[in-house]
Amino acid sequence: MQTGGSRSTGKLLMDRSSPGRMGVVPPPLDVPAQEMPDQALLRGNLDLPEVSEPEVVQYFTNLSQQNFSIDTQFYPLGSCTMKYNPKINDEVSFLPGFAGIHPRQPVETCQGALEVLYRLQEFLARISGMPAVSLATLAGAQGELAGVLMMRAYHQSRGDAGRTKMAIPDSAHGTNPSSASMAGFDVVTLPSDRAGNVDLEALHELAGPDMVGVMITLPSTLGIFDANIVEVCRVVHEAGGLVYGDGANMNALLGRVKLGDLGFDLIHSNLHKTFSTPHGGGGPGAGPVCCSRALAPFLAAPIVTKDAKKKAGDDAPEYRLAQPEQSIGKISGFHGNFGVLVRAYTYIRTLGESGLKSISSNAVLNANYLMEALRDIYLLPYDRRCMHEVVFSADLQKERGVSGLDVAKRLLDYGYHAPTMYFPLIVHEALMIEPTESETRETLDAFIQALRDIDRESQENPDLVRQAPHTTPVSRLDEAAAARRPDLRWTKRE
Amino acid sequence: MLAAIGVGSVDDLFLDIPEEFRNPSLDLPAPLSELEIQKELAGFAAKNRPLGSGPSFLGAGSYHHFIPAIVKALMTRGEFLTAYTPYQPEVSQGTLQVIYEFQSLIANLFGMEVTNAGMYDGATSLAEGVLMACRVTQRHQVAIADTLSPDYLKVIQTYCQAQGIQIQLTQAADPEVTGESACLVVQYPNFFGYLEDLSRLSDQAHRQGALLVVSADPMALGMFQPPGHYDADIVTGEGQPLGIPTSFGGPYLGLFTTKQQYIRQMPSRLVGKTVDSQGRTGYVLTLQTREQHIRRERATSNICTNEALYALASTIFLAAMGKQGLRQIAELCYHKAHYAAAKIAELPGYFLPMSGTFFQEFVIQCPDSPARINRRLMEQNILGGWDLTADSNGSAPAWGRDQRMLLCVTEMNSKEDIDCLVSALGEFN
Repeated sequence: MQTGGSRSTGKLLMDRSSPGRMGVVPPPLDVPAQEMPDQALLRGNLDLPEVSEPEVVQYFTNLSQQNFSIDTQFYPLGSCTMKYNPKINDEVSFLPGFAGIHPRQPVETCQGALEVLYRLQEFLARISGMPAVSLATLAGAQGELAGVLMMRAYHQSRGDAGRTKMAIPDSAHGTNPSSASMAGFDVVTLPSDRAGNVDLEALHELAGPDMVGVMITLPSTLGIFDANIVEVCRVVHEAGGLVYGDGANMNALLGRVKLGDLGFDLIHSNLHKTFSTPHGGGGPGAGPVCCSRALAPFLAAPIVTKDAKKKAGDDAPEYRLAQPEQSIGKISGFHGNFGVLVRAYTYIRTLGESGLKSISSNAVLNANYLMEALRDIYLLPYDRRCMHEVVFSADLQKERGVSGLDVAKRLLDYGYHAPTMYFPLIVHEALMIEPTESETRETLDAFIQALRDIDRESQENPDLVRQAPHTTPVSRLDEAAAARRPDLRWTKRE
Repeated sequence: MLAAIGVGSVDDLFLDIPEEFRNPSLDLPAPLSELEIQKELAGFAAKNRPLGSGPSFLGAGSYHHFIPAIVKALMTRGEFLTAYTPYQPEVSQGTLQVIYEFQSLIANLFGMEVTNAGMYDGATSLAEGVLMACRVTQRHQVAIADTLSPDYLKVIQTYCQAQGIQIQLTQAADPEVTGESACLVVQYPNFFGYLEDLSRLSDQAHRQGALLVVSADPMALGMFQPPGHYDADIVTGEGQPLGIPTSFGGPYLGLFTTKQQYIRQMPSRLVGKTVDSQGRTGYVLTLQTREQHIRRERATSNICTNEALYALASTIFLAAMGKQGLRQIAELCYHKAHYAAAKIAELPGYFLPMSGTFFQEFVIQCPDSPARINRRLMEQNILGGWDLTADSNGSAPAWGRDQRMLLCVTEMNSKEDIDCLVSALGEFN
């Protein structure tokens, strides 16, 4: 979208600055001025912009319009569950009784907030089939870090010090090996078999007294429900290891199966994926950890406890913050991303059991619909029933000189966000598509048509696809140059 | 759609799940309509006492500052709020340019060369700063000034526990930094609200080849010298004071800045400026080979989703406040806090046990236990300060003694609020 004058976004804030302009005028001082400190402690120049309020509003509004977003476009983006974010969730999180409370205020003055957290802990426990929950972790990757530290603490508490190897499937998200490494473990790769399941033979070889456990994403990043999952858990447990579940793909399983029932010992859940907190251009999220009774003492602090013996009229607060007895410790500044947790509570409370189940139903239905509609054009490296997402390969198109990246970029011209590309790493030219439950059949049909049209273009006019996108605010950007000579901030023009 | 897929029912799509575990009962309460959920949540919210509902003097890492209306109005636009991480730069220039602005303004504010796209919060940002200092120096001991927030210390311990990093608490007034120390960690202003002598601490760290790692309050930098002025190597901070509500402790925003020479050791995302195929300026995520999705177990950090929406909030806040506004707000905090401190020090039974320059927080010695005082204040709907006897960090002068309270006064406290607090405190001797 084009806009002129000071509404154009071409100039950065510092270059729009005009001496004396202010966006906000602070109130006058209402106490007698106090003695100022030593001049040497005070800063001289403060390079911040000088712009008026209308300029700020125009600049940021125009910037916003250069984004794709869930409210404006369809995101067929695998493993990220870009679903619709109900507006009521945002609204309640902004209530002054939530947004305006202090994390250190006395528990007597924040019982409502603690009750929401306590109930959310219960909800997540019931959904995951695991009795204990900590909400303190601020994102999925932080949930993973807390989880692997818990696995470490658990083994240590049993005097089982020789466990150093974490087995992680070759299809896993990068955060899994990275988190395991931050917890001091050596990462060993667990291969997938030809059907996309964990290779049981390889697992048997790895399972031993030096194995911490495994980190499994279910359904896997191939969009597949691992047919061997119960056996995987059994083998790992028999070797004395623990099974960690990456909950990134929980959208497929809501109300359909509880990971705790399958044998998982602990999982994290991504509230900004499954439970619909808006993605915010890259956060905030939240990554609560749910675990078995055996691991509960090691959960990150704090957790919220309820005084079950409290009687009516009793003055003592019903809900409190507590530290589990052998906790891995504090992992965030306060009690977790409360504003996100309120949204997730609202979402689950609104849907109830039947609503949650209809989410997984529609998410899986939509993904399978896409799979069937496109399988004659795009290769299916794992040709079997998919769950909430389907992974295609653009190998056929690649032979014609049009890569998966090109196809994805061309989709931007059709008004769709790109699928996840080149992931999982074990699929050539991967195009990973997760439609979520939010999309109508009309949208899915139009999207299918777009992918068919692009395939046709790749035969008739490959350059059109290779040079896409053509209609976006900028075309393909020179990422190599950006990395070679990093320009990471505004600097004063000479 | 079922016919197109070739199955008879949706249940048939879930047959890979072992039958004995399929379709369990969740035992959740019945669904609620939007009207009902709004009422239920409003009911929970009403059981809490928000900072704005009466005089409040609680800080200690989370601060009640003014947030102009445009921050929420702009950040809740669906195009920002519901956008994905900007991995597709052609359709994410809004988010990317905002982060570039954020990196620029925070670098200016901290007096540092580079800023990343954000971390989870102040505590985890500092913990990652400590890990980065160990990577840069290839050393495995860290010296931490004992005036650091006890909660920040705990988070550092959690992050360091598995990596064989030894943590040594040392006196901020005379720190012990050795040739084995990766860094000296200090908070500015410190947990008690007072400015540390960064010039001296910087010398002491650098003489031993250690990095100076500072956790700074961005609002204080509206008026005080930034850590970059003292040659700090890594400066982190809690971005919450910059337009983010206290919200019971989150979501907040981790700030992370360093020197150009260390950028390849930084955690988290970075946005860089470049050009498109037609030579137009554009922005992209860059130096991604540091990150988990590329480097996996050898990444600088596992951080992925962080707090982009609040990086946006703080950028809008800094743009609106601007050069003069931020300085004026910081000075309002300074004058009001000093006014309050002087008034309290005049009360019989009270005194200020610490000396030096403070910003908006200070410690008072009380004639009674802070817990009792705070209860009595709350009876008058005054939210008192942080009870320093409740928590301990080791050997700092204000720890381990009874009857000390950490008070915070910001631009949100009117003279009337402060006089009301002083008069209520005066009833305790």
